[in-house]
Amino acid sequence: MLTDKSIKQLSAGLEKKEFSSRELLRECLANIKKYDPLINSIITLVDENEVMEKANVFDREKDKLSVISGLPFVLKDAYVTKGIRTTSASKVLKNYQPQYDATVYKKLVENKAILLGKTNMDAWGHGGSSENTDFNPVHNPWDTARVAGGSSGGAAAAVSSRMAVFAIGEDTGGSIRNPAAWCNISGLKVTYGRVSRYGSIAYASSFDTVGPMAKSAEDLAYILELIAGRDPYDATSSPQVVKKYSQFLEKSINGLRIGLPLELFSKSLDKEIKETILKATKIFTELGAEIVEVKMPIFDYGLAAYYLIAPSETSSNLARYDGIRYGESRENFTPETIRRIMVGTYALSAGYYDAYYRKAQQARTLFIKEYNNILSRCDVILMPVNPTPPTKIGELINDPLQNLLADLFTVTQNPVGVPSLAIPCGFTKSNLPIGMQIIGKMFTEEKLLNIGYKFQQLTDWHIKKPPILNNDK
Amino acid sequence: MTSKSIKITVDQVRHLAKLANLKLNEKEIKNIIPALTSVLKFVSKIQSLSTKNIEETSQVTGQENVYREDIIDDKRMLSQEEALKNTKKKYKGYFLIDAIFD
Repeated sequence: MLTDKSIKQLSAGLEKKEFSSRELLRECLANIKKYDPLINSIITLVDENEVMEKANVFDREKDKLSVISGLPFVLKDAYVTKGIRTTSASKVLKNYQPQYDATVYKKLVENKAILLGKTNMDAWGHGGSSENTDFNPVHNPWDTARVAGGSSGGAAAAVSSRMAVFAIGEDTGGSIRNPAAWCNISGLKVTYGRVSRYGSIAYASSFDTVGPMAKSAEDLAYILELIAGRDPYDATSSPQVVKKYSQFLEKSINGLRIGLPLELFSKSLDKEIKETILKATKIFTELGAEIVEVKMPIFDYGLAAYYLIAPSETSSNLARYDGIRYGESRENFTPETIRRIMVGTYALSAGYYDAYYRKAQQARTLFIKEYNNILSRCDVILMPVNPTPPTKIGELINDPLQNLLADLFTVTQNPVGVPSLAIPCGFTKSNLPIGMQIIGKMFTEEKLLNIGYKFQQLTDWHIKKPPILNNDK
Repeated sequence: MTSKSIKITVDQVRHLAKLANLKLNEKEIKNIIPALTSVLKFVSKIQSLSTKNIEETSQVTGQENVYREDIIDDKRMLSQEEALKNTKKKYKGYFLIDAIFD
């Protein structure tokens, strides 16, 4: 398959006319037709003729701007796209036609990447399994009886099953990393403010980050350098200079110090995942890195802090859906979303504010201190992404507390703002993907991608394809 | 411990729903109580964390007072027609809403 190739290889192939953008798009559209009835990763497909016409124009004019020119991608349906229905996977927005484009989408289109569709997710980002959607759950391409993870589950499943070359996800408490790990792809939660949030439908504004999802750390580096940067339309976007992430990939990681919070590995973590990640540390040692055991005593408070602040912010953000200017009435929210709005309203209301919201905001300060402390002694921290392998469809969505516990390892990075790269590192005995995350200091995406790239040079987990595709060449 | 004392009543849920502008019927109110209680009990764990003299953090951008020039950006302006495009109720080029005062 052409879509097995890396972004760099695809770009070179298009340049040398070994294949055309048209052929590449045809392959993706064929995969969508063949596999999406089983996986349900896409909510809205862009008109096929329109998409093919864009590829035609690209092939004819070859006004190549960047490595992603002529390449097909999908967007989480959390990004507004002018004239293309945008739902956030909620009935509330089932007919919403945005009047403007999200900055990340605009940048990709300016680089002549071609949008194929808008992907399924947990409505408003509320979930870790892409089951809390009004458009039916996303199925994991590795086992269609299981969930793809969430909330960017459709994006991860689509890349994993070769329906697009890359995707843009959104991560508030693990929403890029969790489905990336469960679908065996690579995903990057960027530093808060690294990529503009303009046009990203808000879940929890002070945690929300926009990031790439693709088959490898190398691909992520190429995408990130094109979408990152200050945006006058998002006052929280960072003025820090955007690095050429792809130029850091080959750097040696000899002498790098990797912090390993081993204590966390003993609690609520699946045994196979634990063993797999410990095995992966040997690859890093082979590359010259040093594994240092670290402690994070405050970690146990992570879920509580996250599940107070995020619902508080979402209860405020979702107040705008009053059915007046756009959207359907508030009666269309799902039970999970109603619970989050109610928890947030409770935490912010008179009499409870100090004991819940304020306390969680103080905990946030302590988390920042803890991460700063560890990251002043280590270059990065290595952690699991998911506590378990992908769950069966129905398991999480029917148990609100379990649903929340599944986010254990991914909710503490967003309140702090630090970047984190999720990459594949093995499989369970029953052939389900396992991922790990590498967390770095603020604005050190180049280091994370460098480490990920080096790991992927020595391993082949990330090139393994879901069995559903194995009969195809 | 505080977390054990959490008890959410029907009246409280009604009040919260009103604050959150959610219309819940009696059955929905009843159904949401166990889930709300279990989540609130869980997050109450935060109360056992010592936060004496710890400042609050509300954002991590490291930026303050981000200004822009006070000029009109017509690239971001919507025409009246565009602005009304997604509403179901309009009247002579305006949004139509329920009366706020009796």
